[in-house]
Amino acid sequence: MSIALSSGATPARERPPLGTTGPVGWLRANLFGSWWSTALTLALGYVVVRFLWGFIDWALIRAVWTVPMGPHGPDATICRQMKGAGACWAVIGDKWRFILFGQYPYNEQWRPGICVALFIALYAASANRAFWRRELLYLWLGTLAVIFALMWGGFGPLQFVPDDQWGGLPITLILATFGLVAAFPLAILVALGRRSKELPVVRILCVVYVELIRGVPLISLLFMASVLFPLFMPEGLNPDKLLRAQVAIILFAGAYLAEVVRAGLQALPKGQSEAAEALGLSYWRKTRLIILPQALRLVIPPLVNTFIGFFKDTSLVLIIGIYDLLTAGKVALADPAWTGFAAEVYLVLAAIYFMFCFAMSRYSHGLELRLAAARGR
Amino acid sequence: MDETPAILLEQVNKWYGSMHVLRDVSLSVAQGERVVVCGPSGSGKSTMIRCINRLEEHQQGRIVVDGTELTDDLRALDAIRREVGMVFQSFNLFPHLTILENCTLAPIQVRKMKRVEAEELAMEYLRRVRIPEQAKKYPGQLSGGQQQRVAIARALCMRPKIMLFDEPTSALDPEMIKEVLDTMVGLAETGMTMVCVTHEMGFARQVANRVVFMDRGEIVESGEPNALFENPQTDRLRLFLSQILRGH
Repeated sequence: MSIALSSGATPARERPPLGTTGPVGWLRANLFGSWWSTALTLALGYVVVRFLWGFIDWALIRAVWTVPMGPHGPDATICRQMKGAGACWAVIGDKWRFILFGQYPYNEQWRPGICVALFIALYAASANRAFWRRELLYLWLGTLAVIFALMWGGFGPLQFVPDDQWGGLPITLILATFGLVAAFPLAILVALGRRSKELPVVRILCVVYVELIRGVPLISLLFMASVLFPLFMPEGLNPDKLLRAQVAIILFAGAYLAEVVRAGLQALPKGQSEAAEALGLSYWRKTRLIILPQALRLVIPPLVNTFIGFFKDTSLVLIIGIYDLLTAGKVALADPAWTGFAAEVYLVLAAIYFMFCFAMSRYSHGLELRLAAARGR
Repeated sequence: MDETPAILLEQVNKWYGSMHVLRDVSLSVAQGERVVVCGPSGSGKSTMIRCINRLEEHQQGRIVVDGTELTDDLRALDAIRREVGMVFQSFNLFPHLTILENCTLAPIQVRKMKRVEAEELAMEYLRRVRIPEQAKKYPGQLSGGQQQRVAIARALCMRPKIMLFDEPTSALDPEMIKEVLDTMVGLAETGMTMVCVTHEMGFARQVANRVVFMDRGEIVESGEPNALFENPQTDRLRLFLSQILRGH
């Protein structure tokens, strides 16, 4: 487009007034817009700086990083002298292997170590859309088989380690991964069943399942799985504790995820289903190719929200005596040499949980953006 | 022309709850025939056309499509849906698939066609509706008129014997109606059996062998378009035509 000007000169390009763009403009608009806003900024800034400085002072500057070895293990005397003023990271240095791997035999802990690495590699591979093919399923099955072979052992030079000696991060990852991987298909089936018009019995069963499970706390389900369930089982047939807890988590996650998936199904316009039917697609083809790809895309944020919630909820297994990451940390603190240094241990545990959850959160955000871009919106 | 009708409705009745939406509807559409169904909103015309591929179920009477009766038998239903294409008022393209994928989905999944063949077929029909250059785009990137032409191509890719149109231009801006109607006229010229719910009287005059006027769930009048429009026999049709003409 061109507009002829009588002089033939281009007019001087107007610039926005100074101080309305760039960092200065941003500060002015968002932090010092009015006297009230300025006062709040200063007050909050003071609190934040004060707190941050206090934390840095405690966690880094006056922290104790190592302690000498005494006759009966590490001697935490320096730590106790600094208590309240400086963090004692020596507790982590001494206990990190117990926190990460629980009561797994000390000399065999490279095995759960490899398993954690395998889990993370598996998540990374699954996150990459280029790998979203049938082969990924085989990769999952293969990797999970290797993980269990390594954890149990009992072949070749690997000593057998029963699963009541497993602990720490591998337990958390096993419970969360299997929980969500098994709960997700279950949730899809339940959500579809709950919307079925042709099969009223299936619909009622699905409603009963969701309402029953949602109506009780996960803790009580775990208790039932660990205490009540064996009472009803015939003598001698007693699936192990980890498996029972796993099943309880799957059932619980399944009910919650089912409601999330159902929300996505309900949000789809009816015309999508009708168009697929009119083309002659069978129910399952229609569901797999048209309905689910759209419905699940719609609910990525609440799905990931539920995933993150369940990743952390696996820590509840501590009440039935399974050594997940949080329990292992708690037990590590029971060592008389290190009593009283809970803050340091819990901070590290929180950091580990945060890394996993934050990664999930960022990934889902990126996925939403990419899927939106792919559809040209 | 073959003797068996492409579509046969005999004394079809349907209720929504206690509301009687189709009353003793009987209609026979010969192969190659083009029927336009018109009538005021709520007259049951969409319901009737949706009964033909069983997006709605009728409760009484018989519907026979391409020699197969519509019953609870799912296999018969699948067979009918393969032979009957449908175009909706709101296009209903699949937004997560490209234009090309929208068109190849059913031929690959239902007709078991090879991907390459299905894509060739789809491109042929996309050329016929004059938008082959949009094949790699997503539905959200196209105008309403273009989307509706894709929807027509998508239905044609199944090589149906019968095409149903449920108010295909009602959701379109005026300047896009013509491009869709032109496509439909082109399709009519190929001898396709068509049943079309529309208020486009010009289109009806141009291509329809017969116009069916429905009101309050029943077929009130039917006949050759010019005769029907010039010489309505009932007050209901006269009233409807005067409203339609005033609206245009």
